[in-house]
Amino acid sequence: MLEVLDYAFMQRALLAAVLVGITAPAVGIYLVQRRQAIMGDGIGHVALTGVALGFLTGTNPVWTAVLVSALGAVLMELIRWYGKTRGDLALAMLFYGGMAGGVLLINLSPTGSNANLTTYLFGSITTVSEQDVVVISLLAAFVVLITLGLRRQLFAVCQDEEFARVTGLPVRTLNLLLAITAAVTVTVAMRVVGLLLVSALMVVPVAAAQQATRGFAMTLALAVGIGVVVTLSGTVFSFYKNVPPGASIVVLAIGVFAVITALAAPLAKRRATQRAGRTAAAAEGRCTLKDDVLV
Amino acid sequence: MPKEPDGSARPDEPASQRDTATQRGAATEHASAAADADPVISLRGATASLGGRPILRGVDLAVGRGEVVALLGANGSGKSTAVRAVVGQVPLTGGELALFGTPGRRFRDWARVGYVPQRTTAASGVPATVREVVSAGRLARRRFGPPRKADRAAVRRALELVGMADRARDPVGALSGGQHQRVLIARALAGEPELLIMDEPMAGVDLASQEILAGTLREQVAAGTTVLLVLHELGPLEPLIDRAVVLRDGCVVHDGPPPKAVGQHALPGHDHVHPHAAPDAEPIRTGLLT
Repeated sequence: MLEVLDYAFMQRALLAAVLVGITAPAVGIYLVQRRQAIMGDGIGHVALTGVALGFLTGTNPVWTAVLVSALGAVLMELIRWYGKTRGDLALAMLFYGGMAGGVLLINLSPTGSNANLTTYLFGSITTVSEQDVVVISLLAAFVVLITLGLRRQLFAVCQDEEFARVTGLPVRTLNLLLAITAAVTVTVAMRVVGLLLVSALMVVPVAAAQQATRGFAMTLALAVGIGVVVTLSGTVFSFYKNVPPGASIVVLAIGVFAVITALAAPLAKRRATQRAGRTAAAAEGRCTLKDDVLV
Repeated sequence: MPKEPDGSARPDEPASQRDTATQRGAATEHASAAADADPVISLRGATASLGGRPILRGVDLAVGRGEVVALLGANGSGKSTAVRAVVGQVPLTGGELALFGTPGRRFRDWARVGYVPQRTTAASGVPATVREVVSAGRLARRRFGPPRKADRAAVRRALELVGMADRARDPVGALSGGQHQRVLIARALAGEPELLIMDEPMAGVDLASQEILAGTLREQVAAGTTVLLVLHELGPLEPLIDRAVVLRDGCVVHDGPPPKAVGQHALPGHDHVHPHAAPDAEPIRTGLLT
């Protein structure tokens, strides 16, 4: 285990992995709460065009990816507001366009190739440069600041948007901020997990955590914990087995999900029986059925 | 405190007695003295449509300070749309809205309004505890920044008011419909509002919860809270209601004393559902208007 740390590239990869493990579930929980788990996937597709633009213009792809995916996320949010019935198709266009545009542009660029593309699609532990680590750390700090600092506000907006508006919260601004934060998270994660699998890391740790928790704060904490564990162990596994880290991380996360689900089901059952016993005792067996017979 | 039958004799509690008043700005405090004369809610000639179909066709609705007004009507008569228009969630295509004497568009003082939307059965994607949901209502008072002692106390008080304090750490997903409704009302009460707007608070609520809700509302009304609530039938809330406004096809057809329920419908806890009622059928079959 420790020999892994002898390599500078692995130190950088592990640091990036921890940051991904923290940020992806921290943003993902709000998307899952709003039943928009798929949004991370969409941003990932769009970010590919951003990466390709970086290659084409000779700038660091992380920055161009942040820019393009943030634009894409804002566009998706606007489509959600105004799109109504055709919003579904408009989103699909954005997904396909992002992917196709990325492949097209990267092949047009002098330095880019499909090999580069694969490292961005499925992650790579050897390509995290020193400059990447700095950029990823800055972006991750932004994500943590928003997702934890505005936890109560974002919770309210994602839980019941109409109620949140009536409390006077700036719901539109918060929604846009969440979309941009999700886009930033995608770019934080793309080096290690890859653009095609980043959405899984936003969703699977949350799905796993909520099998065992009863509240939002606990789910958030546990999901981040699971995220860090799977990204670290997945990255180490990739080092020894020479597989793309995105794949091993996501397979591990799904494994954790399966284990927690298997363990939590009997636990929830026991809890439900206890609760049923409690309420039955409280109601003293009184019948509270309503008369719903039409007369 | 029991309400007088005519609804007018209830002493208007000075706002200064309520701790909510101290949190309002001094400017609002001065303004509220003048604004006392204004109705808390004023909807004049309001029209609204959803998906191109007119839902409100010129609704006049005024709710005075301390009043308890029930909005009655059949399914599709526009009751929900009317209250959602009042809280700014349905845009008016015509007419005027004013809250606390301020035109709807310029109204920003949402901490004075507690809103209880119609309960949806769809559960949220991520579990949340009863306390977490109720705490969201406190954001009306403190939108940003960490919650303080007063905020936590207000949340606890709201939970006690609806008899859910012992369930604070339970996930809302595990609650019955009636308990869930009580949580939504506690969420509105956590902001210590002066005006409570509730959309069908008794729909799908078991008898025990209906009685608790009626008790909660009685305390709020006694403390001087203004209430506008959408009801399918008056039910156990009947003794609290000062005035009933009955909507039919997006128009006000009755504005005055609450109609007396007759026969079976007068029984406490009677909740008559008409899933079969066609839109062109006589909208109110419960004897509410007879």
